[in-house]
Order: sequence, then C-alpha cells, then structure tokens
Amino acid sequence: MAASSGELIRGIDPVHRSRRKMLNKYKLFFMALPFLVITFIFYYLPISGWIYAFYDFIPGIPLSDTPFVGLKWFRTMVSNPTQTAEVLRVLKNTIAMSSLGLITSVFPVIFAILLSEIKSGWYRKLVQTLTTIPNFISWILVYALAFSLFSVDNGVINNILVQLGVIGEGHNFLASSSNVWVTMIAWYWWKSLGWGAILYLAAIAGIDQELFEAAEVDGASRFRKIWHITIPGLIPTFFVLLLLSIGNFVNNGMEQYFSFQNAMNKDAIEVLDLYVYNIAFANNFPFATAVSMLKSVVSVILLFAANTLSKVVRDESII
Amino acid sequence: MRKKRKPGDVVFQGLIYLLFGVFTLSCIYPFYYLFINTISSNDLSAGGYIKYYPRNIHFDNYFKVLRISGLSHAALVSIYRTVVGTLLTVGASAFLGYLFTKKEMWGRKIWYRSVVVTMYFSAGLIPWYITMHNLHLTNNYLAYILPTIITPFNIILIKTFVEAIPPSLEESASMDGAGYTRVFWSIIVPLTTPILATITIFSAVNQWNSFIDTAFLMTDTKYFTLQFLLWRYLNESSSLAALIRNSPDMAASIQNMQTPTSVRMTVTMIVVLPILIVYPFFQRYFVKGIMIGAVKG
Repeated sequence: MAASSGELIRGIDPVHRSRRKMLNKYKLFFMALPFLVITFIFYYLPISGWIYAFYDFIPGIPLSDTPFVGLKWFRTMVSNPTQTAEVLRVLKNTIAMSSLGLITSVFPVIFAILLSEIKSGWYRKLVQTLTTIPNFISWILVYALAFSLFSVDNGVINNILVQLGVIGEGHNFLASSSNVWVTMIAWYWWKSLGWGAILYLAAIAGIDQELFEAAEVDGASRFRKIWHITIPGLIPTFFVLLLLSIGNFVNNGMEQYFSFQNAMNKDAIEVLDLYVYNIAFANNFPFATAVSMLKSVVSVILLFAANTLSKVVRDESII
Repeated sequence: MRKKRKPGDVVFQGLIYLLFGVFTLSCIYPFYYLFINTISSNDLSAGGYIKYYPRNIHFDNYFKVLRISGLSHAALVSIYRTVVGTLLTVGASAFLGYLFTKKEMWGRKIWYRSVVVTMYFSAGLIPWYITMHNLHLTNNYLAYILPTIITPFNIILIKTFVEAIPPSLEESASMDGAGYTRVFWSIIVPLTTPILATITIFSAVNQWNSFIDTAFLMTDTKYFTLQFLLWRYLNESSSLAALIRNSPDMAASIQNMQTPTSVRMTVTMIVVLPILIVYPFFQRYFVKGIMIGAVKG
C-alpha cells in the first residue's frame, strides 16, 4: 500500500518531489547540527590542549605569557634519570596489570563453561543474577566494601584469620605494598567475572544442540564435548574481546586504581592513567599532557594493529 | 535416555556447585555484612562482633548520617545528575540515532563516523580538564550533564535498532505529511522502547556511579556528589571524626554513638542501595544491553 502510494506521488510531481528531497538533505543536517557541535566541543576540542605539552605552562597564567619550550617535557622522560626511573616504574605497572588482565581473560570463558554444566536451572539462574551485581557498583563502593571487610581492628576478614590462628594480629591488607598487582586483578574479577561470562553463556546457548546429542550418541565424555564443541563455539567471541583488550593495553582506566591507591601501595599501583592524574594534581600540567599525549598515540597505534590483525585472521574489522 | 550416573560425574557436579556457591557468596556477603553492621548496635559493630546476623537492631545510623552537613545536599546533586543527565543522553541518542538512519542527510557518513570514532580515542585527562576549565565548566552543575549527552555507543545501538524497523511504517507516516520530528515521536519512540529502556538504565547507573569528574572539576563542596563524599570519608578519617563531633548527637545512647566506621558503612549502604533496589527489576535490560552491543561489536 505505502509503496504504491509513494509511486503515485512521484509519478504526479517529480520536480516538487526532488526539490523537497534537496531541502530535506539540509534540513536533516541542521537538525543534527547541535549534537554534532556538542560532539566537537567535548571530544575534538580537547585535542587542541596538546599544545600545553610544548609550553612551561603553569595553571592560572595565560598561555601567551608562558615560554614555548619545544620538546623539553618529552626529553625529560629520557634525559632526567629520576624522571626516567619513574616513567619506567609506571610503565612496568601498566604492562603488568594489562598482561595479567589478558592472561586471565579466559576466566569468564571457564566460568561460563562450568556454569552451563550445572543441571539445576534455578541454581544457574541464581548464580548468574547474584554474581553480576558487583559489576554495577562504582569502584569507590568496591573500595568502601573492602575497607569495611578488611579493616584492621574490626573487619570480619582479619577477625576470622586471627581466630583461626592464620595470622597473629590484624594485618592492614589494603595498605600493603606486596602483591598489589595480584590483589588488583582479583578485585577486578570479583567485580566483572559474572558480567563478563554473560556473553559466553549466550554463545553456549546458541550452539546447535544437535551437535551435543550426536556426540552423546557417539559416547563422547563430558570433557570431550566441551573440548570439541563448546570451546570452538566460544573462540570467535573470545578472539574479538581479546583484540579489543590489546587495543586498550595502555588504557587501564583509573577508577579502580584511584580508589585503591594510598601512600603505602602507590609505587606498585600507579598505572599510566593514574600517574597522569597524580602529576597533574601536583600541578605539573605540561608533563602530564606530554605523557597522556604519548599514551593516546600508542593506544591508537595498538588499536589499528589489533584491527589489522582481525582483518587478516577473521576477514572482519573490530572497529 | 536416562543414563546411569558415574561416580566421577557426581563428584564433578558437587565440585562445581560448591565452587559457584562460594563465589556467589563472596559477591553478596559484603553487602549483607555492611547492612547488618549498620543496623546493629554500634559498639558491637565497632568491636567486630557482627558477622552473620544483626544484633540489637536499630536504624539510628540512617537518620543520623542525613544530619551530617553536606550529605543530603550531595544526595540531591547525585539524584539531579542521574535524572537530568540520563534524560538528556537518552533523548539526544534516540533523536540523533534516528537522524543517522536517514540516507538523504547531507554528509551523513562523515558525521556518523566522526561520532563513532570518539569511542576509540581520547585527548587525555589534562587537555580535557583544560578544555572544561576554559568552557567555565569547573564548579558548574552543567559539567555533570553536558559532556555525557553524546554517548557514541548509545547512538550506534539506536541506529541499528531503528534500521531494523520496516521502512513502510515510516513511509506511510511521511505520506500523511508528518515531518521528521513527528515521525520520531509518533513512530520511532514507541517502537524503540525496549532499547530506550536499556540505555536509560545503563546511563542512570553510570551517572550515579561517576566520581572522577567531581574529583577533577569541582572544588566547591556544594557540587560534591554522594560517591565523592564517600571517597573523602574513606580517605580522610580525621575530617570525618570532626564532622561527627559537630553534628548534634545529644540524645544518642552510648552504645549507638556514631563512629567513623558507622558513618562510613551507613553512607556506603545509602550509596549502594539504589543500585541494589533497581537491579532485580531491570536485570533483563542489563542483559539485553550487552547482547545487542555484542551483536554490533
């Protein structure tokens, strides 16, 4: 119906119709324009701030009154030994945390495979519902929970450990500088494991059930079915997510580390994102800008590399 | 075809039941622990005696923290940014997502790409901060709601969703002389309700949970949100103790005196409760959100 009436109008008045189309072309653009302006202001305009990396900029003094110093702030990263040591320490933390993240990205896959082996439907559902909750609270809240549970004098964890005789007296776990990388990745998965598994659970549910039935008829064991049917079914999803996390290798985000950082663990917890914040907070704006500029460039390169890899391996791009 | 169960099978099943049981417990016990501690008598809680169930139940803590100066105002700021910020981003994403499905738009491809590509790069914290500062968006309520208006991921979701709507529906409306805005309100919005609900709930949770922007942009306490106040309470025990001393607490019995611990726990509970309350009702939207996103991604 609709299509035929469209034909009719076009038949009657082609000139009018095409003029209206021309008008619509710009009308649509002007309707979108306010939103495009907002996009420009909040996403593109900040790039102009990169020039601060080339000045001895001090907050409060206009840029026109500050001396242009060229690549000074980039050079200090390699020429000033204390600065170099600091940058290397931060890079080490970043690489360590991101690598741990990449290695443990199989956790949600294992979670999903094991969960789908559970026969009782309500138990499966309960586990899935409750384990996704932590994903929806902020890192401040995660830290607040940790603060109460691990508190030295009245936290339940220290209490129980002392009662069991595992430790002699209360230990301040959150202020300890040892094993920060491991505890950070542990908190990360406490928050994200249930949520991360959802995609894989859906992928498992999407696998053709006949495959499993056929394997059963052939007498395949549980392990063989997982190995030959389930895992191959999950690999495409896993691969895409892995590539995306390679693209984000230098972007750990800062909320988690910002929440958990304190004077004791600062050396081991400072990843690039947090480091930029900390030096900016110490009022060294140009250096912070230089670091975040390099970081942006590296992360764009990594993203393109991951995308190229994806095109080669899967014939499909991820962005 | 019921098979006889092998002993290995039973052990395996038992093990994974146990494993998931332990992990699930670890996910919800912290919330439970905090809750029972905030409603138990404060001296028992301070002594670390409340582990499994509440004792000497009272709700004074909740009434008292609201009297701490700045806290109820911070709650209002949090509610404001959650409600207004969410409405703006959902409205803008829906409208722009719809406009981007119109092939006749001038330069559509370039505009769409330039919005989407912002998901993959950022200028960095400091350039962003300087821009916000130059726009006078430091110590300004607008800073909470303007930058999130354009959320590329939401726009992709809506565009994909609208493209799946049969074009005949829209065409018949435009034959009747309805303009783009009319079509948007009378056809697109009703048909995209499921995806709009999904992005609403995601944006609301994100807004409620945000705190980095406060840490960066706000120095005046009147712009502080609940999340940020909580962060301050966690990191500045001394200022918290001072706040408690200043708040009128004459009527309190000795065992329910406010302590820094009781305040921290109660504020944590207040910040987390909205999420815990909303979560069961909207769980399916959360799941739907990640699914649609995955199909696209």
